[in-house]
Amino acid sequence: MLSKLNRQTFIYYAFTSAMLVFMLSLSGSAFFTTTNLLNILLQTAPIAVMAIGLSFALSVGYIDLSIGAIVALCGMAAALLLPLYGLPVAVVFALSLGVCVGAINGYLCERFALPPLIVTLGTLGVLTGFARQLSDLQSIPIIDTQFIILFSHGRVLGMPSFLLWLAGLVMIAALILTQTRFGRHLFAVGVDASIAHRMGLNVSRVRIIAMSLCGGFCAFSGLLYAARMQSAKYTIGESDLMVAIAAVIIGGCSLLGGKVNIFAVVLGVWLLGSINNALIFSGFSSNEQMMVKGGILIMAVAITSRAQKS
Amino acid sequence: MKRTALDQMALKVSGLYKSFEGINVLSGVNFTVNRGEVVALLGDNGAGKSTLVQCLAGLTQPDQGKIQVGQIERTLCTPSASYQAGIAVVHQDLALVQGLSVVENLFLNREILHQHSVLRLLGWLDKKAMARKAKKLLQRLGMPLNNINAPLNTLSGGQKQAVAIIRAVYAGAEIIVMDEPTAALGAEQCARLVTLIRLLSSQGIAIILISHNLQQVDTLCDRAVILFQGQSVADVAIDEVSQAQLLGYMNGIELDIAQAS
Repeated sequence: MLSKLNRQTFIYYAFTSAMLVFMLSLSGSAFFTTTNLLNILLQTAPIAVMAIGLSFALSVGYIDLSIGAIVALCGMAAALLLPLYGLPVAVVFALSLGVCVGAINGYLCERFALPPLIVTLGTLGVLTGFARQLSDLQSIPIIDTQFIILFSHGRVLGMPSFLLWLAGLVMIAALILTQTRFGRHLFAVGVDASIAHRMGLNVSRVRIIAMSLCGGFCAFSGLLYAARMQSAKYTIGESDLMVAIAAVIIGGCSLLGGKVNIFAVVLGVWLLGSINNALIFSGFSSNEQMMVKGGILIMAVAITSRAQKS
Repeated sequence: MKRTALDQMALKVSGLYKSFEGINVLSGVNFTVNRGEVVALLGDNGAGKSTLVQCLAGLTQPDQGKIQVGQIERTLCTPSASYQAGIAVVHQDLALVQGLSVVENLFLNREILHQHSVLRLLGWLDKKAMARKAKKLLQRLGMPLNNINAPLNTLSGGQKQAVAIIRAVYAGAEIIVMDEPTAALGAEQCARLVTLIRLLSSQGIAIILISHNLQQVDTLCDRAVILFQGQSVADVAIDEVSQAQLLGYMNGIELDIAQAS
């Protein structure tokens, strides 16, 4: 009862103080320009969608390490299918592929009582290998302008389309979690699976659907990625796993399940994106950026677990 | 109290056997419970009470034997099958989700969905209807709570107990099994629980009470079924036996007398 309040205020403090440091160090630089802020939003949109997906896995106390690979594979699937079958088929196929991979992850965990950490690590290997073979290590260009407009550069009432997609997906995820029966079941399973079972819930089913949703959101992230880069490569999403996990933790999700706040998760992604952007401005190399991101992940976990205890 | 016509039978357990890894935990359990009756299930530790409760809760399946609810024989293969059959088990640890609120716990897995057909299909919750229904239920059972949206872990032990029982009532349970309901309660809360149990039984709900407190069994129950080493060794009307006799049955001392009767 105490932990909820404490932890949330703790994270809030960490968040605002980090922002304050930025304000002080970056004011006057090119950080606070509309172009740059929009750029941060553009770059973080696919990661935010990944993080939303991951939140579903975390809400039942599972984790999905294969999200980056799902992003890559689904982005590539769309890129490959676009010239052959057109936009609707490519999009529907890519999304279904993501849902299927998630469902398989969940099924393997449940059917054979395997830890999701191991199962999804295995899936990560399988999918990455498959994506590499499929593309022959080449990047697949996307020339379908409709696709690019739809998922990235188009504008509706002055709002870039990727931002609208993000907003829509955030709303959908938040509504699923707070307004539907399934959302309640997610929380119950996340808080205590054995109690949820005794209350008559089909725990395995809830978990498999959660993993499928995770896969579906990651597939969508793959579409956003591919549209932004106007090509798909097996490496997209690869380095974002760490950021997604860190964002989800900063957003206050418990790694043990049960607690998820989608808005806070997206805020976490934006915070990390801003830090990354600031690092680039300060002249850090991409290697150094990775090190900082790793450090942030560990700090985020330390802060949340501390706040949980207090 | 109410003596038994056959159509009054709520639950009949016959010839229940269950073994774990070659060890017989239940070896022949037979008893019936009638509607509106409060039956104590007594037995020493290891007598097979918990296994029997697990069988009734759908958490484990008996190797042999029949469980009959009303006139229908049931296979209780999952907790939800058990609920559907009309049996609700209030576990000793209550089995409620701590992070969720009172209403959310009451309706978990039996949520009231929105009227609109599309929203209903999406599993959209009708939170207002659930709040109304929860208040009504709590009032009907004399357990008014000020804040039904309070997280469960802010409630007292007695209130949590009430939530678990009301959850069972809302499930439409005809048989409520309570596993050590008073173990964690203070005197005042115990008294309230007794009132609640009496109220439920007057509404025709059959109650199986597992308790170590013989005093309470004496005041609350109509009958006692005693388990000894996995067998139901006695089925006695509480009015006709003393507490000492009950203890005797539980320890296997009065076994012969029981079999003779």
